Amino acid sequence: MHGFANPARFLRIARALTAPLLAAGLVLAAAALVYGLFYAPAERLQGDTVRILFIHVPAAWLGMAGWSGIAVASFVEIVWRHPLAGIAARACAGPGAFFAALCLVSGSLWGRPAWGTWWVWDGRLTSMLVLLFLYFGYMALAGATSREGGSGRIVAIFGLVGAINIPIIHYSVIWWNSLHQPPSLGMGGSAMAGPFLGGLLVSTLGFTLIFGGVVLARMRALLAEIQAEARLRRKAFEG
Amino acid sequence: MKETLDQWHFVTAVYVLGVAGTLALVAWSWLSMKRAEKRRDEARKK
Repeated sequence: MHGFANPARFLRIARALTAPLLAAGLVLAAAALVYGLFYAPAERLQGDTVRILFIHVPAAWLGMAGWSGIAVASFVEIVWRHPLAGIAARACAGPGAFFAALCLVSGSLWGRPAWGTWWVWDGRLTSMLVLLFLYFGYMALAGATSREGGSGRIVAIFGLVGAINIPIIHYSVIWWNSLHQPPSLGMGGSAMAGPFLGGLLVSTLGFTLIFGGVVLARMRALLAEIQAEARLRRKAFEG
Repeated sequence: MKETLDQWHFVTAVYVLGVAGTLALVAWSWLSMKRAEKRRDEARKK
């Protein structure tokens, strides 16, 4: 893992992967969404609103995966002082916040016809909203520390502490009564019918590849900004 | 009085938001990466 700590080696790998990940992700996600919109059957109880599944579930997964990425990278940054770990954590924040917001908005738009309400303050919806606010707080803190030259360790500790919300989101539908359905997909199998499961897996894979490509692009941008800043500072000292 | 909702309005809204938002995210991250790398390359030339 420490081999990737070298920015030059990371950049070589990232340059080779960014565009292919984005392209493959866009193709897979587009195919799954066309299937979801035009070819997937309507569900017996939920009717056509079940098509929202193909966007809502990947968005929920990536909203939580984004913060899991922040937590792992923050841990690596604190323990091993890996130079790229802080950059990786910051790169996960923007796309993670976007998918958490998309999960909340698509869930609300699904809830209105399915439950008769846009929003309920139950465990699942509230903990997901808390995750979105955690993202906002993380981005504000990371922006402030990089502007003011503060310690990145504070941002990393915030990233680690915020991870407590991830199991709360996951188990909220099991621990508390909720309008939200329990998980349909697990390590032990799926309660979902075949026509929905296949499309959902392709959609999730597509959006995950997009997420990976966006994180690599953000890491390259953050690294380039740091390198340009360091170069200009060195020039200023020499001149 | 029973409320009647057209489910397709909700489905369409989610797909439009999801697709437009994802494309905007990809475009923003790609363009900001290119801009930052161009700035770094120009700083190296100075």
